[in-house]
Amino acid sequence: MSGIVIDNVWKEYGDQIVLENVSLTIEPRGFVALVGPSGCGKSTFLRMLLGQERPTRGAILLDGQPLPPEPGPDRGVVFQRYSVFPHLTVLGNVMLGKELTKARISARLFGAARRQAREEAEAMIAAVGLSGSESKYPAQLSGGMQQRLALAQALMMKPKVLLLDEPFGALDPGIRAEIHQLMKKLWHENPMTVVMVTHDMREAFTLASRVVAFERPRDRPEEKLRYGATITKDISIWPPRQAGTPSIFRPDRDGPVTTDGLHRDDPAHRR
Amino acid sequence: MRLINRRPGNGARLALAFLPFAAVLAAYAAGSAARLADNANDKLLPGFASFAQAINRMAFVADPRTGDYILWADTWASLIRLFSGLGISTAIALLLGLVIGMFPYIRALLSPFVGAISMVPPLALLPILFIVMGLGESSKITLIVIGVAPIMIRDLALRAMELPREQIIKAETLGGSSWQIALRVVLPQILPRLITTLRLQLGPAFLFLIAAEAISSDSGLGYRIFLVRRYLSMDVIFPYVAWITLIAVLTDYLLDRLRIALFPWSNLEAH
Repeated sequence: MSGIVIDNVWKEYGDQIVLENVSLTIEPRGFVALVGPSGCGKSTFLRMLLGQERPTRGAILLDGQPLPPEPGPDRGVVFQRYSVFPHLTVLGNVMLGKELTKARISARLFGAARRQAREEAEAMIAAVGLSGSESKYPAQLSGGMQQRLALAQALMMKPKVLLLDEPFGALDPGIRAEIHQLMKKLWHENPMTVVMVTHDMREAFTLASRVVAFERPRDRPEEKLRYGATITKDISIWPPRQAGTPSIFRPDRDGPVTTDGLHRDDPAHRR
Repeated sequence: MRLINRRPGNGARLALAFLPFAAVLAAYAAGSAARLADNANDKLLPGFASFAQAINRMAFVADPRTGDYILWADTWASLIRLFSGLGISTAIALLLGLVIGMFPYIRALLSPFVGAISMVPPLALLPILFIVMGLGESSKITLIVIGVAPIMIRDLALRAMELPREQIIKAETLGGSSWQIALRVVLPQILPRLITTLRLQLGPAFLFLIAAEAISSDSGLGYRIFLVRRYLSMDVIFPYVAWITLIAVLTDYLLDRLRIALFPWSNLEAH
């Protein structure tokens, strides 16, 4: 289930080769962190997994099937910014996925269907620790809470694959540590494969089951155009982390975690 | 303290806002008094007493010939034309702006056309409208639509294109079709801008209205001003101009309140 096979993928923009010869097999329920210097194409790679862009050469298979050429509900995404809809409340944001899939014409649910979607959404909001903020708009939330909301919104679709594009890069360290706990919990509890782009090595090694580094092997100025980046390191974390099973060695750190109570950036503190 | 850091309090702000109005009134009163002292029958800058008389005559005494209260009949006739024109423009702008902003094919089809149309000087088309549609209401309303709709279409299309790509992608990963994304993501986010662009087009709309009424009409605010111009009736023209300004200012203010009431989130982001 939900394994991803990337087979000899190249990405070129005109003459500029961005990625060359990238092959990677991501095991089902893995948590892969993509790291590398700025401009090495790791975000481009993520966009190809998302379906926003297509490889120039090579193939990407999800569950053995070629990836559809546009984004779809089987692949959730959280960007660093603009991941939630500013015109919808927290509840509206989380319910939107249900409304779009169940009401093809009106894109709105009414009556019993709405109540059911609402209950599911409220459970998801509680799971990411946003209970009590249901009627707020994103602009009234802190950055960390907005990213929790974006996670809840994406997870409502029960995606096979969750793609994260530097989702916690703009958060300050305390809040980031809390959302790391949440991310770990969500990975353990939801049947999904996670691919995360990050600049933060510490984050990569704290969360992932496997860290993949992109780099340009030839990076002299005259080589920049014609040689792209490729995978240079592929490190499996040891002791191995497996979704849903506590680590034998460091259950406190790597096992499924439960968090509850107020977060550091909960607006309740401000009152 | 530097001037850039000094801020007026509430009372001071109110007083400052009134100051230019008071200054204009005082300058007028002084000029009028000077001219009237030279010639008690001066018609160019009538005194405030003549204004009061004229306003009373136009607004509160029925016209002996028709039995109408002229100011109100004129206002009613003009506002129907103005708001019909603006209403039709709004509907066209919303629909075309949305599809031009969202769909690359429709943008390729219509964007250059709308851009060219918006450069046609509407007043140059007025003779054509009068010839083709006659001198009735439809030619005046059409002039307003031709004058303001293209700008509104372009403004809304730009707003729709400004939406972060991330939002559209996110909606796709939530299972949204093009129709659903238009309905639930793009449309609600350009509606506040629709109200704002409508506010900005009030001035031009009044311009086209008065131009059309001045040339051919038998009622309306613009018709009256150009009618009494023949008799140098400044005592009627000045109150009419003030009245038109008041209507425009009030409409502008009410539209902004409407935006905040309908789309509370659109006011959150400014902070």
